Amino acid sequence: MSFPDPKLVCRNVWKLFGADARSWLEAGGTAADGEGMAAAGLVGAVRDVNLEVREGEIFVIMGLSGSGKSTLVRCLSRLIEPTSGEILFKGENLLAASSQRMIEIRRHLMGMVFQHFALLPHLSVLDNVAFPLDIQGMGRAGREARAREVIDLVGLAGREDAFPRQLSGGQQQRVGIARSLAVEPEIWFLDEPFSALDPLIRREMQDEFMRLQSVLRKTIVFITHDFDEAIRLADRIAIMKDGVIVQAGTPEEIVLKPATDYVSEFTRNVTRAKVVRAESLMTAGGSEDAGPKVDARATIAEAAPLFLDGASQLGVTGADGAVIGTLHRDAVVSLMLKG
Amino acid sequence: MASPDAHLSSPAAGPWSASHASRVPVVWGVVLIAFVGFWLYGRSLAGWAFDYPRGWTVPAARWISAAMKWLINDATFGLFSFTDMTRFISAIVELPYRLAQSLLSTGFLEGSGSSAVQILPPLPWLAVVGAVALMGHALGGRRLAALVSACFLFIAVFGQWSSAMTTLASILVAAPLGVILGLLCGVAAVRWRGFERALSPLLDLMQTIPVFAYLVPVLFLFGFGPTAAVIATLIYATPPMTRITILSLRAVPSEVIDLGNMVGCTRRQMTWRILVPTARESLMVGMNQVIMLSLNMVIIASMIGAGGLGFDVLAALRRLDFGAGLEAGLAIVALAIALDRLSQAAAHRLATPLKSDARKGFAARHPYLLAALATIGIASLLALVLPWVHTYPQSMQLSTGAFWSDVVAWINVNYFDTLEAAKNAVLLNILIPFKRLLATLPWLGVVGLLGFAGFRLGGLRLALLTAGLSFLIAATGQWEKAMITVYLCGISVIIASLIGIPIGIVTASRDRLWSVVQVIIDTLQTLPSFVYLMPAVMLFRVGDFTAMIAIVAFAVAPAIRYTVLGIRKVDPRLIEAGRAMGCTEWQLLTRIKLKLAFPEIMLGLNQTIMFALSMLVITALVGTRDLGQEVYIALTKADTGRGLVAGLAVAFIAIIADRLISAGAGRVRARLGLE
Ligand SMILES: Nc1ncnc2c1ncn2[C@@H]1O[C@H](COP(=O)(O)OP(=O)(O)OP(=O)(O)O)[C@@H](O)[C@H]1O
Ligand SMILES: [Mg+2]
Repeated sequence: MSFPDPKLVCRNVWKLFGADARSWLEAGGTAADGEGMAAAGLVGAVRDVNLEVREGEIFVIMGLSGSGKSTLVRCLSRLIEPTSGEILFKGENLLAASSQRMIEIRRHLMGMVFQHFALLPHLSVLDNVAFPLDIQGMGRAGREARAREVIDLVGLAGREDAFPRQLSGGQQQRVGIARSLAVEPEIWFLDEPFSALDPLIRREMQDEFMRLQSVLRKTIVFITHDFDEAIRLADRIAIMKDGVIVQAGTPEEIVLKPATDYVSEFTRNVTRAKVVRAESLMTAGGSEDAGPKVDARATIAEAAPLFLDGASQLGVTGADGAVIGTLHRDAVVSLMLKG
Repeated sequence: MASPDAHLSSPAAGPWSASHASRVPVVWGVVLIAFVGFWLYGRSLAGWAFDYPRGWTVPAARWISAAMKWLINDATFGLFSFTDMTRFISAIVELPYRLAQSLLSTGFLEGSGSSAVQILPPLPWLAVVGAVALMGHALGGRRLAALVSACFLFIAVFGQWSSAMTTLASILVAAPLGVILGLLCGVAAVRWRGFERALSPLLDLMQTIPVFAYLVPVLFLFGFGPTAAVIATLIYATPPMTRITILSLRAVPSEVIDLGNMVGCTRRQMTWRILVPTARESLMVGMNQVIMLSLNMVIIASMIGAGGLGFDVLAALRRLDFGAGLEAGLAIVALAIALDRLSQAAAHRLATPLKSDARKGFAARHPYLLAALATIGIASLLALVLPWVHTYPQSMQLSTGAFWSDVVAWINVNYFDTLEAAKNAVLLNILIPFKRLLATLPWLGVVGLLGFAGFRLGGLRLALLTAGLSFLIAATGQWEKAMITVYLCGISVIIASLIGIPIGIVTASRDRLWSVVQVIIDTLQTLPSFVYLMPAVMLFRVGDFTAMIAIVAFAVAPAIRYTVLGIRKVDPRLIEAGRAMGCTEWQLLTRIKLKLAFPEIMLGLNQTIMFALSMLVITALVGTRDLGQEVYIALTKADTGRGLVAGLAVAFIAIIADRLISAGAGRVRARLGLE
């Protein structure tokens, strides 16, 4: 894949809650030593996590309740001080940054969306969205113009003067999203942004999110406890359990090669065709006249309708539009029949 | 929380179960027998354990007085002296007070004393009523406007206008200062752990120490006059605001704090742009509290020179002119109702903004402000030609003072014997024997018993606290007076509970009745405590019995409230289960409802005691002989040490009761599986 350098790197990050967490770690505590940790009265919310988030990708951290997702994402933005480890943002070690520098970074380079929206109840939609700019000291005219832009972007135009409690949950989260985008962040954290919404709205918001991302191309760390949501949105997924990342990879890798029984529990009911991409099912090589064309990144479910007018194979095109392989009808049918 | 069935299937886990009954009372029995034995036969063995020997008394009062003298005469902070500081504080309070006072009551004067010339008259009464009505309309619509203008009209009609405006002026200064001060302290406590640690015992003490006690040092430091009164009011009203601020800032969701950090707030921005605005709804409740507490202080503060309605009540009470006292008292009530409703409406309105109008013009944004200014302007101009616009015409004033005096006289003429007989019966059969009983208890035994109770309920620390504080009361030579305080407070609390708890039980299961009772007790609680004293004095004149009646009337509200809250909080599924098992109504009440509501009722008892103690001190005016009287005497003599020591003794009694009951309630709660 052609992603550039990692934007955010997280090396051996630990977050232990409890007294004397650091000395337990320094005495040689390891992620595998769950019992020793419990005996020391510590809660291992994040244990020895390594990950890399690349420029422009949606990196989803998925795990059940209490697995440490929120703690991890708050370590990444240093809202919580990790017990140990290293966090590099554009090559700069965040854990070494002064509090002044952190304020700078958060003001201009980071945005975050919260599970329960975290809107300020006394401010109108417009003022909520303009709030981060106000905090930076931007003048009224400038910040309101920018706020109107992002409010338009998330489809809330016309509700600028409403107050949060007058909005539905979905609308409130749109405000939250608009607010986090107002500063044009380079990295965008979303902590279970759609979990508090009911299923239909959630679906709608996911589509909206994908639409936004197709325009904005942000680097995104997205937290969810919903595996289907992870599959739908992610470029890559990290699956977390008890503070440890048990597997990280593309949705395809995870569905096709679950690393542990725990992961396969999630993947069992996933329709393969919705995850597997043309490029992994194709045979390499092919000619321009191989039949209808399909993008290498398209899922099989998206490619399948092209066979409807009788074609027996599709030409798979790479990022530059050149044909790089052939997708055969038989391979697609057998994958779809497997479920 | 334990599953509901757990309680029902294992009745043995209840507070009066056999397993506990076997152990706890045995220890208690032994201790009590030892105590009673010592009380009956110990006097000849160890007389010093009964009457605290004079020679051992710690002269704390003298030390405090000396320290105060030193503060005033010699203490300096390098650049400025202590006296400079008190003067500075006075000036801060004085300036706005003078302004408000001139505007509302005296007019702006040139010169001083009787030779003063009025250069500008005060606001016409009609302008004030108009402005208040507009404010009511802005905050709560037509109904509120009608209510508050009726309250102010009432004040004018009954000839209390000028006094009421003086009182209003002091509240207009004290309340905002109290809110700001409390807010700042609260914010600082949330921001600096150390500050909070230093502050919180002080807040505890301030909430239990009777107001009278710090009137004395305030009088000593700031002299007699309205400024000192406003300062005393501030000291009284700020701690609750501080507490509310701390609680409400702590209750801001962590996500919102994360948001603040993520948008790069500095610490100052975090406080003022995130925490305070997010918590504003609860902070507004604090504002209402401060206003009501300031009003509650009105009469007490007039002892150190507040003037206004409080002074009228106090003066009437002193010359036993019931009619005049009642009228001034009712004017305070009218003021209290108006300010309470206005501030509640303001809280509601500010907490839930309806539309954002930051981009409209000034006039469009503030129609009410402009209307009020116009009203005031027009009325002031009219007042130049029409005197009745300026001052409510005397000829149209009503006075019911004479009428009330007549009513009281009539009651006393016709029912004197009945009232007197009732009073004497209670005095002779209940009050006096109980008082005697307490007076003969050995102080050492009581200290020991309190220590033991503390140990059983809360461990060694509580034991040290209860025994230590009660010993301090003895050691400063106040045991006798403290016992009188305990006797009056105890009797009143028992009676208040005997009245309040049954009322609570009856009302708890009847929604309509409860909503009526709730309105009544809410209203009763907005009345300044002095108001309770007046009818009691009218009917029974001065003495312990009168004090008791006033205390019971004042303290019955929390007993009702907590009983109802406790019973209503009982899980309805449990009651259903009880019914399904065939409990009679009586069994439902005693076995389920009261049992589970017990911790809550204990908290109600706790509140009842606190209310009783705060009222008790005020009843010193009607000639009790307890610690309250001691403080009152110290006040009239400006004897700081004596006043503070006696005041602290009352605070100690309150703290002991509070900690023991809270610990007991906590244990019962834990045993019932409610935590
Ligand atoms: N301040 C804290 N002190 C102690 N333990 C904590 C603290 N914060 C979180 N934990 C613990 O750390 C673990 C991970 O919590 P975290 O909130 O990160 O989980 P999560 O994956 O975000 O769960 P959810 O889906 O419920 O939000 C949990 O066991 C939690 O109890
Ligand atoms: Mg979480």
